[in-house]
Amino acid sequence: MGKPLIHRSPMPGLGLSMGITLTMLSLVVLLPIGALLLKGAHYGLAGIWETVNRERVWAALYLSFRLSLFAALFNLIFGVLLAWVLVRYRFPGRRILDAAVDLPFALPTAVAGISLTALYAPNGFFGQMAAEIGWKIAYTQWGIFIALVFVGLPFVTRTVQPVVEEIEREVEEASATLGASRLHTIRHVILPMLTPAALTGFALALARAVGEYGSVIFIAGNIPLLTEIAPLLIIIQLEEFNYDAAAAIGIAMLLISFAMLLVINLIQVWSRRRIGYV
Amino acid sequence: MSDATQIRFRAATEESPATRWTLIALAFAGLAILVFAPLIAVFVEALADGAVEALRSLASPDARDAIRLTLTIAAISVPLNAIFGVAAAWFITKFDFRGKAFLITLIDLPFSVSPVVAGLCIVLMFGANSALGGWLVAQGYPIVFAMPGIILATMFVTFPFVARELIPVMIEQGRAEEEAALTLGASGWRVFWTVTLPNIRWALLYGVLLCNARAMGEFGAVAVVSGKIRGETATIPTTIEMLYQEYLSVAAFSLAAVLTLLALLTLLLKTLLELRHADQLAANHRH
Repeated sequence: MGKPLIHRSPMPGLGLSMGITLTMLSLVVLLPIGALLLKGAHYGLAGIWETVNRERVWAALYLSFRLSLFAALFNLIFGVLLAWVLVRYRFPGRRILDAAVDLPFALPTAVAGISLTALYAPNGFFGQMAAEIGWKIAYTQWGIFIALVFVGLPFVTRTVQPVVEEIEREVEEASATLGASRLHTIRHVILPMLTPAALTGFALALARAVGEYGSVIFIAGNIPLLTEIAPLLIIIQLEEFNYDAAAAIGIAMLLISFAMLLVINLIQVWSRRRIGYV
Repeated sequence: MSDATQIRFRAATEESPATRWTLIALAFAGLAILVFAPLIAVFVEALADGAVEALRSLASPDARDAIRLTLTIAAISVPLNAIFGVAAAWFITKFDFRGKAFLITLIDLPFSVSPVVAGLCIVLMFGANSALGGWLVAQGYPIVFAMPGIILATMFVTFPFVARELIPVMIEQGRAEEEAALTLGASGWRVFWTVTLPNIRWALLYGVLLCNARAMGEFGAVAVVSGKIRGETATIPTTIEMLYQEYLSVAAFSLAAVLTLLALLTLLLKTLLELRHADQLAANHRH
């Protein structure tokens, strides 16, 4: 390759900024992740498989995935609706709604966890209402679903909002002039433009939900095989000083995260090719 | 003008008022159930036995130790991450090198790793039964189940916040102003303090704000590495868990209310920054 590794530049501070960046990145992120992968290599693929291939682990991974998927789907639909309402409509309280979307990012997960549990427990505000119709929410998979919807709420809205802002009215006018009904315009003109951003938000919400711990464990009930999420299994293994098993489950989750990161990047490449922006 | 005529003259690029108000009502209802209800519940539960009891529980030794530890952790990890963010943004936006996109992906990595896995990584790297951790413990510097481990875990989960905010802003601003200052004979540090920093100060503040909120509230990663030793390594979030599991609801929710007020303050400052300095912030906020 003829290209130099680093181009010559008159800018000062190359050594210092590169040094700080690479040192801190290595120390805080790369070496610890490397330690996990090394532990996995030591343990061997067969060992990892043996640990993961147990009913309780499969049940936890399947539960985490399934509910994260449902929660992300809910957030996909509600997030697009919210982005549309916040950008296109003017109504009293809009700014408060807009700021409230970010609350799940700002509110610590443990706080969200105990608060949702207080609301949805059988004696809680929503829990009582649900109990009237015989619906149990807290300490069931419904409770986990609600916690995961909460933590993933901002992602789709925040990725779709800037795209809605950039849609040019002319496109919608052209569609209307050509005789399309409003519904037809939304389905065939607007939604395709929002798809890449919405999918990116969906994938981010999914990734967040799969790894979520704090907001879920209080409301989940944590019954093995039923309401036990994958991150909790890691904690249980660690508390029993079972480092190999914890590492095996951790690696399985890490690989899942990497796969999702790859999918997010592919969506962005695809969308850049298709419409020129993300 | 009557309602009927308004509907007849509605622009073809707008939804009917009925659709519009249905969507707005759905947005309000959804956020009321999902966001406002949990927010209110925190304060209702904290004040269940009155304000005096809530304040008394905040003055308990457990709560005070937890608040002190959390403030200390944030005071160390947030500035370190701010320094990293500025250095990384400078390196990435002021120089051209191969593998830049890969480096950005690596910096973003902590956002896609579960906090529990992050804690696990730090335990495996620095725990007493790893080579490095064992040696450090022998030297009298335990990392895991001690403050350094909590700081590392906090830094891991908040690692990308500042860099992510600064990189797009600094790409947009380009290098021309710095180059001009250099041509006029300014030193590197002078360029940074007098040209770059004033340009990125609001974006930097924005990143630090989000970083701080997450640092003070992190639970999963800290729960794994801290050992949750009362008075020593129990932060506010892990203390909330302990109190809650001991059925000390008012005490747990009082501490939770403190963190909730912090979250609300963060949102308020964030909204103000977005209103006043939108042009100097990254346009597309994802995290």
